[in-house]
Amino acid sequence: MGSVVALDTLLQERRVWRGQSTAVPASIQPTGYATLDAALPTGGWPDSALSEILVSAEGVGELQLLWPTLARLTAASERVVLVAPAYVPFPWAWKAAGINLSYLTVIQASKRDALWAAEQCLRSGSCGAVLCWPQQINDRALRRLQVAAETGQTLAFAYRPIAEAVNPSPAALRLAVETCPAQLRVLKCRGGRLPATPIPFSVGQ
Amino acid sequence: MRWACILLPQLALDAVLRDRDDPEAPLALIAGTPQRRVLKTMNPAARALGLQPGQSLTAAQAMTRDFVMAEYDPAQIEYWHRFLAAWAYRFSSHVSLDYPRALLIEVESSFNLFGPWELFERRLRDELTALGFRHRIVLAPNPAAARALATIHDGLAVTHREALDKVLGQMPIQHCGLSREIATAFSRMGLRRLQQVLALPRDTIAKRFPKEVLRHLDALVGESAVVLDCYAPPDEFDVRIELNFDVESHQALLFPLRRLTSDLAAFLAGRDSGVQRFTLFLEHREGPDSQIPVGLLSAERDAAMLFELARGRLENVQIPGPTQALRLLARDLPAFVPAYRELFNERPQQSLPWEQLRERLRARLGDGAVHGVHAFADHRPECGWQINAAKAATGLADLPPRPGWLLSKPVPLQEPALRIVAGPERIESGWWDGGDVRRDYYLVQTHRGQLAWAYCPVGEAGPLLLHGWFA
Repeated sequence: MGSVVALDTLLQERRVWRGQSTAVPASIQPTGYATLDAALPTGGWPDSALSEILVSAEGVGELQLLWPTLARLTAASERVVLVAPAYVPFPWAWKAAGINLSYLTVIQASKRDALWAAEQCLRSGSCGAVLCWPQQINDRALRRLQVAAETGQTLAFAYRPIAEAVNPSPAALRLAVETCPAQLRVLKCRGGRLPATPIPFSVGQ
Repeated sequence: MRWACILLPQLALDAVLRDRDDPEAPLALIAGTPQRRVLKTMNPAARALGLQPGQSLTAAQAMTRDFVMAEYDPAQIEYWHRFLAAWAYRFSSHVSLDYPRALLIEVESSFNLFGPWELFERRLRDELTALGFRHRIVLAPNPAAARALATIHDGLAVTHREALDKVLGQMPIQHCGLSREIATAFSRMGLRRLQQVLALPRDTIAKRFPKEVLRHLDALVGESAVVLDCYAPPDEFDVRIELNFDVESHQALLFPLRRLTSDLAAFLAGRDSGVQRFTLFLEHREGPDSQIPVGLLSAERDAAMLFELARGRLENVQIPGPTQALRLLARDLPAFVPAYRELFNERPQQSLPWEQLRERLRARLGDGAVHGVHAFADHRPECGWQINAAKAATGLADLPPRPGWLLSKPVPLQEPALRIVAGPERIESGWWDGGDVRRDYYLVQTHRGQLAWAYCPVGEAGPLLLHGWFA
């Protein structure tokens, strides 16, 4: 017990866990929703990582959840890629949400090619965000997407049905969109505790 | 004026070797009539087996059978000579093919662009080696001297008249570009070096030898100028590689394909143009050739990129039979405009620019697979979007909320308990182009909380037709 260890060095070496930090660090990828930002450990979307958005059905506000982010990215001349969306993104609504359509790109691909295309887009690092709708994707393919997002330092969003919530996933953030009542539930978030209560999230029309 | 002579000592052999996977394997080129086949030339590995130029094929095969044969084709040599001229054309506007198996390039006017001769020469050598051609390079003040010096020197750079006289004086008389009879006559007279010939009185040479001799000697020392034809590059690229065996998998086609695309890139760089559309032909024993068109969105000339795109298209193609030859034809060669780049990279993590990524995606998924979505000023939802931004709309005044997802084809909405949130909104348009619609749109909420955009045609009963989701 002869040596005296300064507290500062211990803290700097991160060998002491200090519990929940009170100050929320400013994220470089805010979601655009203050309540959601406050609930997430990084204060926004996990940067260069895969985020999963779990929805029970289409038309529950799953796009409006992302629109502020996409509007911010396209305003900064970053490209947003939709890989094999199930429907046509109706430009009038996307435009009204503030998205610069000239930076929006749609890739039409079959189920197998869609994963390849999403991985290529993520890995290239030339896109700001990549949205994909994987169907019956397994753990390994999700991990590939996560690694590709890290490599290209790109935001990746995967929309999946809510039934997948029971299966584990390598995504850095898993967010369930619920409708009755309208709220968001964080199922997993890397780097912090899960928020105890659901986050109210009501979509406009 | 400074002239560089690039002598290609084994042009015929290199042209064949560069298409082979293994250039170290013994190879001999055969020429002559079918009755008497003669070995024309061979690579060092074949020489080590004891083969000699001029040997008859039967004699060679009596010694060993472990060598590959290929036809010695003068047309091919001519073709590769011109190919290299196209390559050299980007270093100088004055490239001459007048000397067989050699390129004469006027280089002094290019020093400003390519730097001093040491750097310039290294660059020429690097590129020739990458293209797979052995070479000797000599710099001299006039083309005749450059060509003569290249027969025995490599890497020599003579810039001044005095130095040239000294180097030329030491040249053996056989290697001075004089015809064989004249050279023999000189050496029988005891004149073995060029300086001895130059020391002779001019009138005696004029008396004893044809007038070409004196003219050639004047050209060598630079007393009289040699007029050389200028090479003009061809307007299209058309190269064919014949494969030694029937190829059934695309893997084996990648090596010749890489050669073709890098040749195309070298050709394009020489012309300072790009390629926007080219066609790959796979030739079969029977039936027509398989054609693989490769289209790009903008003119490109990067060898790696062209290869990757061609490969992407090749991998997706099903061909009827084994391939015997591969041909690349590029007719449309627009001017190459380098892509605009920021001085400081805005996305430091970017490993592949978007333009290249887009071409890669198109190569695998199809030409129409990657597109934008743009608004079009039409009240009918199905006409309100388009892929091209050509006629992008300025905006319809104050549209009510529109859904983020649009179904490309409306489907009946089979929901038991629908709650109408807003509506109806009447959309009535298109009477002028045959796509007449009269619909009442409602914003409805299903029992699961989904917000849908559905309509019923005016004056018709029945279930609502779902046309979009307020996602």
